[in-house]
Amino acid sequence: MTGPEIAERLLRGELFALSRLISWAENAHPAFADALAAIYPRVGKAWRVGVTGPPGAGKSSLSNELVAELRRSGSTVGVLAIDPSSPFTGGALLGDRIRMEERTKDTGVFIRSMASRDGHGGLARAAVDACDVMDAFGFGTVLVETVGVGQSEYDVVAATDTVVVVLCPGAGDGIQALKAGILEVADVLVVNKSDLDGAEQLMLDLEDALRLRSIRRDGENSWDVPVVACSSHQGTGIDALRRAIEGHRAWLETRDLVGMRSHKRVQQVRRIVRERLEDELWGRHDDGSLESSLRASRTPYDVAHEILEPVLSSIHVAGTGRAEAGHAESGHAGSGHKGVRS
Amino acid sequence: MARKIRVLIGKPGLDGHDRGAKTIAAVLRDHGMEVIYTGLHQTPGMIAETALQEDVDVVGLSILSGAHMTLFPRVRAELEKRGMGHVLLTGGGIIPQEDSEALEKEGFGKLFGPGTRTEDIALWIQSTMEDRWKNEEIQA
Repeated sequence: MTGPEIAERLLRGELFALSRLISWAENAHPAFADALAAIYPRVGKAWRVGVTGPPGAGKSSLSNELVAELRRSGSTVGVLAIDPSSPFTGGALLGDRIRMEERTKDTGVFIRSMASRDGHGGLARAAVDACDVMDAFGFGTVLVETVGVGQSEYDVVAATDTVVVVLCPGAGDGIQALKAGILEVADVLVVNKSDLDGAEQLMLDLEDALRLRSIRRDGENSWDVPVVACSSHQGTGIDALRRAIEGHRAWLETRDLVGMRSHKRVQQVRRIVRERLEDELWGRHDDGSLESSLRASRTPYDVAHEILEPVLSSIHVAGTGRAEAGHAESGHAGSGHKGVRS
Repeated sequence: MARKIRVLIGKPGLDGHDRGAKTIAAVLRDHGMEVIYTGLHQTPGMIAETALQEDVDVVGLSILSGAHMTLFPRVRAELEKRGMGHVLLTGGGIIPQEDSEALEKEGFGKLFGPGTRTEDIALWIQSTMEDRWKNEEIQA
């Protein structure tokens, strides 16, 4: 199957093509870039929602309820559920589906599990590609559930339009809520397991933390992050969560949605470049050769310089010097994909 | 990037014992595979639908209920209906020798009974998939 062929089958609505194209993205298939180029004009209609939070906060169960709620409101949903890969064996147990079992019978829902492989920041490398593919297929909402994250893995922001951060009582006090990260990335905060003790206190802590923050932010221009109490267990608060997401969407749509999205594409271009460079470099230098360089009693900086020198000198020869910050933004985001995987 | 073997471990039908399925899932994970486990009480249609959405290479069925002669062909039919006939369909459980021989003759993958070393299952899947991928490359 060629890139244009699979793209055509996807646009005809074939689930097999949708599923296979996500695999192509994951496996860095040489024809993925061509296929993406063919479907790219159809990308951009779906609303992308990221669901993130610490392990055990209830992301999968909440996503399951949210998908059902979105279906009731008339949207079809593509779900990308990411679980961690073992850094030792490369294997993964992808278990998010168990909590979304009821959704398997619904033809308006497509669920794909993805192992994080060597992706960082709570996502897999192919996560954005998978979102693009599901978007082009025609799902109204694309929901991305991240790996359970700590306090700094927030790649999901660059991959989605609305970020829902899920927390639950009993996992830290108000000071945790004040730390950098959680509040900055959240467009909607969820206190899940709201039927448990401590949920009200967590709501108050979060609202407090948000108030402290808004003093520093440019008041009228910033989005007022809602704190929503949910219980997946009891099925409460899910409609309020959907309304909060829709509210954020409406708010963005009256502002610079196009600008926000293209800014996120810039980050994607940078990431693709970084990953391609790393793949190239580490394909040439294995651990053994690095260790022997280090044994020659040289510092990590010396060894790194040796690896980077040929690359840096070729950049200088080409005369582009340092990359300019706004450079990538001027091109169409799609052209950044073309040829990248080939 | 090395291609990963994606495996769906399914529990079709009514039996409620998934200790074995979970053990196998963990073993395959430790052999570097990406394993999707769907939980209990799946219909053949649900298993095939999941296989399609997940684009798995292998479906392993764990059947302890005695309904293997019915369930294996049904899952295969549901897979074929969705253009997933290429999937390596294998499994294990309490399956009498004559039944597993009959099923293997009908083209199902090797079936593993009690007492199998878990590693043998992982190695069999690995070598079978490696052969398949090699053949695909030759054909391409």
